[in-house]
Amino acid sequence: MTLSRRDFVIGAGCGVAFASMTSLPAYASLVEDSIAAFTGGADVVSGDIVLDAPEIAENGNTVPIEVSAPGAASIMLLATGNPVPAVATFNFGPLSGSRSGNTRIRLIKTQEVMAIAKMEDGSFRSAQTTVKVTIGGCGG
Amino acid sequence: MAKNVKPRVKVPKSAAAGETITVKTMISHKMESGQRKDSDGNKIPRSIINRFTCDFNGQNVIDVTLEPAISTNPYLQFDAVVPEAGEFKFTWYDDDGSVYDTSKKIAIG
Repeated sequence: MTLSRRDFVIGAGCGVAFASMTSLPAYASLVEDSIAAFTGGADVVSGDIVLDAPEIAENGNTVPIEVSAPGAASIMLLATGNPVPAVATFNFGPLSGSRSGNTRIRLIKTQEVMAIAKMEDGSFRSAQTTVKVTIGGCGG
Repeated sequence: MAKNVKPRVKVPKSAAAGETITVKTMISHKMESGQRKDSDGNKIPRSIINRFTCDFNGQNVIDVTLEPAISTNPYLQFDAVVPEAGEFKFTWYDDDGSVYDTSKKIAIG
């Protein structure tokens, strides 16, 4: 009698519970203040801007972020859950090759990262993405 | 004055006229955010690089405002157009008033 070879499949079924993304009111108003200071109260439309950030950041001290918005004059980055939401503002000069920037930022916790671009025609575009900062859930 | 601040920049040695090139820059700096506390519970005062600029032959390429949320040893990558042979000038501005700069030449060919 031969034993049939058994394949053990380790199930990766693991539900990841997403906490509700309600940020604290104090932080929210700081974010709104930063946006208002940048846009001067103008309407912000989403789209025409690409914000590239990791879905899960293992180390909140250095999270690589890339942002690009063709036709932008400047781009502001905001970390909506940080004690100070402002992260950086890229102002593009006449010799800027593409309206993009790449840097590494600090995130204190899981939160939304936001980018707002001021276009050359004076309009504003925004994009946001959630970055999960703590290691948790599956295989944590 | 922060100690051991060393700027590092990566630029191609040559490019075609009008070509868009990628520039990578990094400067060693602790970027103290002003949020941390020492062992006695006192706030460590903020000490960061608050501005970075890059110019090519006197024309601006990028001017970045940095906040405390930028990581230690701030790294920046961006694209620049090279219309002619010349020199990139990179400047970092420290909270304490220090200014660090470096430059890189690029040839056409």
